Order: sequence, then C-alpha cells, then structure tokens
Amino acid sequence: MSTPLSQAHDVRPSSPQGNNASGPAKPVPRRSTKKNATTTEPAWVKWSLIGVALAFIFLFLILPLAAVFTEALRKGSDAFLEAFKEPDAWSAIRLTLITAAIAVPMNLVFGVAAAWAIAKYEFRGKAFLTTLVDLPFSVSPVVAGLIYVLMFGAQGWFGPWLQAHDIKIVFAVPGIVLATIFVTFPFIARELIPLMQAQGTDEEQAAQVLGATGWQTFWYVTLPNIKWGLIYGVILCNARAMGEFGAVSVVSGHIRGQTNTMPLHVEILYNEYQSVAAFAVASLLALLALVTLVIKSFVEWQFERDQKAAAALPPERPTV
Amino acid sequence: MSAAVSITVPDAGLTRGSKRTARRVLPGFKLTLGFTLFYLSVIVLIPLSALVFKTFTLTWEQFVFAVSSPRVMASYRLTFGASLIAALVNAVFGLLVAWVLVRYTFPGKKIIDALVDLPFALPTAVAGISLTALLASNGWIGSILEPRGIQLAFNPNGVVIALIFIGLPFVVRTVQPVLEDAEKELEEAATCLGATRWQTFRYVIFPTVAPALLTGFAMAFARAIGEYGSVIFIAGNMPMVSEITPLIIIGKLEQYDYAGATAVAVVLLVISFALLLLINALQAWQRKRGGAGA
Repeated sequence: MSTPLSQAHDVRPSSPQGNNASGPAKPVPRRSTKKNATTTEPAWVKWSLIGVALAFIFLFLILPLAAVFTEALRKGSDAFLEAFKEPDAWSAIRLTLITAAIAVPMNLVFGVAAAWAIAKYEFRGKAFLTTLVDLPFSVSPVVAGLIYVLMFGAQGWFGPWLQAHDIKIVFAVPGIVLATIFVTFPFIARELIPLMQAQGTDEEQAAQVLGATGWQTFWYVTLPNIKWGLIYGVILCNARAMGEFGAVSVVSGHIRGQTNTMPLHVEILYNEYQSVAAFAVASLLALLALVTLVIKSFVEWQFERDQKAAAALPPERPTV
Repeated sequence: MSAAVSITVPDAGLTRGSKRTARRVLPGFKLTLGFTLFYLSVIVLIPLSALVFKTFTLTWEQFVFAVSSPRVMASYRLTFGASLIAALVNAVFGLLVAWVLVRYTFPGKKIIDALVDLPFALPTAVAGISLTALLASNGWIGSILEPRGIQLAFNPNGVVIALIFIGLPFVVRTVQPVLEDAEKELEEAATCLGATRWQTFRYVIFPTVAPALLTGFAMAFARAIGEYGSVIFIAGNMPMVSEITPLIIIGKLEQYDYAGATAVAVVLLVISFALLLLINALQAWQRKRGGAGA
C-alpha cells in the first residue's frame, strides 16, 4: 500500500546539484543569487508552499493523532487505566494478537513463495497473476467480510455441512482470522516482487552452479538480499492485521469477550458513550501505528545505506 | 502501490533469451507457483466467486430492484461524490506535499515525511472516532466552526473529511519518487530558454509527474469508495443523506437480506475491478513515460 522500497531509493552517483554558471543572463534579473536559482522558486513562494503543506499535514494528520491521546487522558490517568481493567478489553487485545499471529506468518509464507515464482521465472500469465495478487487491496473491506459469510455462514455454501459437524467459522475466531488474511493478503508479496525482480537470478544461479541446494540458495543468497523488504512488508501487514475494522466487523458477530478485536471493542465502547475508555484502547492502536512508522523509517534508512554501500563497490563485471 | 517504476533488470535481454535454462537451473518453480495458486484460490478467488454465484440466485428484476432502490441510489451518489471530492483535494495537496518534501529543506522534514504514512498505519476505526471528536460541536475544530454555522461532523462533509484522511498518502507516495527522479537539467534548459518558473512547472515538470498524479488520484478514489471504518463514525449515517454504500451492505446483512447485500456488493466489486484495471493501465503508461529516465 505504500511505496515499495525498491522504488523509493534510486541510488546513483550523485550528480552535482544545480549549475553554478547557469547559462546566459536572464532577461529579468532575479534578486536571489543562490547557486541553483534556475531550479528553485523565490523564497516567499517556497515558504508559502511549505506553510500550506504543513498546515494541511497539521490539520489532517497531527490534530487527529493528538486528539486520540488527549481524549484518552481527558479524565486523568486513572480513568485511562480503568479501561484496561475490564476483562473484555483484555480478551479483545488477546484476540487481536492471536489474529495477527496467524495472519501475518501465513501471508509471509505466501508472499515469499509468490515473489519467488513471479520474480525468478518467466511464464505465461505472469502479469495477470500479479494483478490477482493485488486484488484484495481493491475490494472493499465490507465486501471482503461478506464473501466469507456467503461461504461459511448458516445459509452459505458450507453452512449446512459446518452446522452438522458443529464447526463455527463465521461469527467466531476462524472467520475473523480468514477475513484478516484476505485484507492483508498482498502486503508482503507486493513488497518482495519488485525487489526480487530487480535483483535478477544471477546470484541464485551462481549458488546452484557451486552446488547449493534449493533451500541453501534461498536461505544464504536470496534471504539476505530481501531482508529489508521482508521486514517492511511484515510490519505493514501486521499494522493492518491488528487494525482491520470493516471486514472483521462483518464476520465477527460482536460477541463481547469472545469475538471482539481491539478496533471492534473501540467501536462498542464509543457507541456506549464510554468515550474515555474507547479512546484509551484507541490510543494503544495509535501507539502501534507510531511504532510501525518508526520501524518503517528505520528499515528504509537501513535499506538506503545498504544500497549506497553496494553502489560504492567496484562493478563486478563490465556493464553490457 | 506503483510497482517498481524505476527498476529495469540490467540483463533483462539475457535472461529472456535463456529463460528456458533459467527455469531449469533454479529449483522450486512448481512448488512456489503451485502454492501461490492454491493459496490465492482458497483465500481470494473461491470466496469471491461465492459472491458471483450468490447473485445468480436472484432474478434480473430482483437484482435491479436491490441495486437501484432510492436509498441505495442516494448512497451511490454520496459515496462517489464524496470519494471524488476527497481524491481531488488529495491530488492538489498531495502534489504540494510531495513537492515540498522533495524540493525544499525545512526543520522536521524527516518526521513529516514519515508521518505521511500515518493513514496506512492507523486503524480506520481510530481515525474515525478521533476525527469525530475533533469536528463534533465540542471538539477542537467543531467548537470554533459550529458557532459560525459550519457543521463538518454527522453530515456528508464529515464523509469527505474522513476520505481525505484515508487517501492522503496515495498521491504523495506515487508522486514523490517521480519528482525525485525528475531531471533538473530539463528545468535548467527551460530557464535558459527564457521560461519563467511557472512556465517551467506548467510545461516541463507537470507533464512529467502527471501520470503518477493520475495514478495516485485513482488509487485514492478507489480506496475511498470501499472505505467503511473511518466514515461510519463521522457520517451520522442518516438514510438518503449520509449513508455510504458499504453501510447499505451491512444494513442489509443485519436484516438477513443476504441476496440484497450481495447484489450491492457486486456493484461495488465491479467498480473496484474497473478501477484496478484503470490503475494498472495508468501505471503501464507511467512506466513507459518514465522508462527512459530510470
């Protein structure tokens, strides 16, 4: 859902910024005599653009984030902590953790397998397959929940069979996990596919020639190359898995203490006018979002550093 | 989103020429492709086909009735109208934010850059209740605006604001790398040829980022149409006025009208697919445009 690592950092030998002797004298003399006056704006334009952009960011990102924590602590820290004394809150936190602990590894295995198949080989229908992998992103979360109700609900395809065998999927934990897997399905695959495509197959082929097994090749050659992309995909996948609301809301059935995840618990508290408690639980989720952003920035920084280090090495072979 | 735009495999020609050998040299093709197809079918394709098959249990008249009753039509108008406005706002301000982040330096830039992804990381329900708290009559913003007769929460305005929040990163993150890659030499040439700064932007820079901008716009729009969590808290959810289409589906489900819910879901799904294809086409265009520079 965000910029893939591979795209964000185009590392090339840094070209000198701007151009000090910039061509013939301009007809209208500019007041600015900076080196790169040709490719920048007058200071007042620059600072008003920055001002408007920051005002937009402040209104739409910083204020809502600040509001979560302010509302949570509005009646002091005791009222805040009160929200976590409720057993329902703890069961919601537990269910959220369980859901993410199942959904993320499943999509991790899928992501690596799909990226290996798509990036390392040529086959017919590859572009179509890549589109299909992206499909869940374009499906409304509500529709994502609905399709599992249609499959496993009482009136669904497998409904009668499941009832006969006393298995509950919809309005129970398995449905929540399935819906979460669906909405987080492409995260890891889509990070890895462009990254592994860019890296090509040379190194893996070399490992094969030197007698490595398939697993050794993957473990010692491919994995170190994709590790930052992998971590990046996993943390984004995890954030979405823990925060998913729409899809989970359709399949959950909202049974307190049993099928409520943290976002659903927030909704219930909010609708019951327990504002402080709702924002207290929400503040945990907001904290998770902030931690996600910090790790994400760190990973990008590490990736960039690795790329720069690699670019600084002498070329291994003459470029064709 | 926008795949690896700037990536070109250095020896693409070589690999393609000897693809048969490459396929045989590296093991695991059948295993990984088989698993990918299996997992994709179980999680995505078969459940989605359930939606299509369920629709076939309806007659055509029933289907049309379900997807075009006045209340549903009102929800389409709101969902598409609000998504369009939100995506347009995001296109303008997203381009501005991307520009400011790429071209200028100012204190706190790194933090702002990281913060742009907040809507991706923050659970939608949290965004929904916090925007509502801000804009309600006793909130920080609502308490300023409401006495002046501007109401932003619990009506269609609230829907637009929630959708702006949700779509914000899409435009920034698609435009940003393109602006970073844009060649300054072109701008210098334009200036040398006597263009004003505005002309340079209008005729040199803007055409370069236009495909990315359009892609980001389409992504923000597509995301906004399906959005549920952040909107329902702030919308007020009055039938015919501020009820979005995903909420119609939920409403029908709660009344055990599975067929009706499915019919509306199919409409949403078809529109999502159309947008997905459009976005793919836009990205292909963008790759072609940017291909020479990358």
